[in-house]
Parts: sequence; structure tokens; C-alpha cells
Amino acid sequence: MSDNVVKLHYDIDAEDFTTAGEASSGVKKTLTRLGVNPEVIKRVSIAMYEAEINAVIHANGGVADVEITPERVTVVISDRGPGIPNVDKAMTPGWSTASNTVRELGFGAGMGLPNMKRYTDEMYVESEVGVGTKVTLIVNIVS
Amino acid sequence: MTVKEVAEKLGLKILTGNGEREIKGFYACDLLSWVISHARTGDMWLTVMNNINILAVASLVDVSCIVIPEGVEIYENLAQRANDKEITILSTDMSAADTIIKAHDLISGK
Repeated sequence: MSDNVVKLHYDIDAEDFTTAGEASSGVKKTLTRLGVNPEVIKRVSIAMYEAEINAVIHANGGVADVEITPERVTVVISDRGPGIPNVDKAMTPGWSTASNTVRELGFGAGMGLPNMKRYTDEMYVESEVGVGTKVTLIVNIVS
Repeated sequence: MTVKEVAEKLGLKILTGNGEREIKGFYACDLLSWVISHARTGDMWLTVMNNINILAVASLVDVSCIVIPEGVEIYENLAQRANDKEITILSTDMSAADTIIKAHDLISGK
């Protein structure tokens, strides 16, 4: 089945917010081209966008690796940011450590991680303070 | 009813895009993560946010258009990127609430 696997890699640039969303837009285009169900595409791209924005806001960017199989889409976003001291707390809707500047751009509502959970079938957050964070997002194509 | 038809009747100014999408609903909010999780495909989205990130949100949610109310201006680089992405942005001096009420009345034939 290896010929049915599509792998994508993106660098998430942290220079500014103007390119944030490029990786998730790219994945959205690829999934559309592959003829994946639009609802699945929406779930993947929204969850991935949130993770991408988080990497920009909190961690000076990172990398995204995406694997698309006929069964599922797996997105792994890794950064070398400050890490999340308390993942459970970070999962609480409305809880945010974003700066005022980030909030003025319309982010920092404390909805990022909750949105990722809401739109995926499986979500894993591995984080170590001072080392970085790895978020794995899985959306099933075939349920 | 299309974005263009509503714009013409309510005097909304089309700044970018062709406005040919059908308006299927309405949504007003400035918190982008909230919009991502609550707005629906085809919505007319009203926000005073005028930074580049609204384009990614509009594209991900697949709204029919963005309306910038209260006379808030948009910058040239936003307009250019919106045209590149074929996203329709409109502007109006009306408030978000007035715009939605009038557009809703128009579409529902009141």
C-alpha cells in the first residue's frame, strides 16, 4: 500500500504572521486534488491551521509532516519552543498565554488546542518545558 | 442570492474578488479561532479585523465573503492577497449588526 501514501513536509516560518496558514492551505489543496471528502478536508485543515498558528505564536515556528493514506490523514507539528508546562490546563477552552500583540491580531482566544481536539479523531500532545512540543493530529478518512 | 447582488442592493463596496458566491448564512466575530470553529461554509463573515490572517480563516471555513464594517479600511497588501486567493472582501459604513439585518431581510424577501 506504500504507493498509496502521500507524504508532505513544510517548514513553518515564524518571521511574521503573513505566511501562517501556508502549510494547512497546501494540505487542503492536496487533499482536494486527491478527492477526499470535503468535511474531512475541512477538519484536517482547521486543526492543522490551529497547530501551525500555535507554532508561530509560541515557538518561533517549527515543522509540519503530513502523511495521507486511504484510511487517514496524520499531521505532526513539532517545534523547539518553550514547551507547555501543563497540557491539561492548556486544553481548557479560553485559557491562553498569548501576548496582547497576538490578541490584537485576533488570536489568543484560548481555542487552539480545544479546536484541534474537536476536529480530529485522535490528538496527542507531547511537550517538555525548554525542549519543545509535538502535536499529532489524526483524522480518519474511512471511519 | 449572491454576494454581488446583495452588495449592489445594500450599497456594500466590493474591494476584492468577484462576489459570485451564494450567501448561505451570516456570522460576525473577530476572534479567529472562534470563527474557524463556528462559522459555516457559505457564510457572509463580518469582522473589523483587517490583517492578512483573515484570508486564511476565510479560505479554511470557505465563507462566501468577508465584510469589513464600520468604515474600517483595508491595506493594499491584504487586497492583493485576497485577489490572488479569489476571496471577496466588501466594506461598508454600517455596523455588523445592521449589515446582517438588512442582508437577511433582503435575502428572505422581507
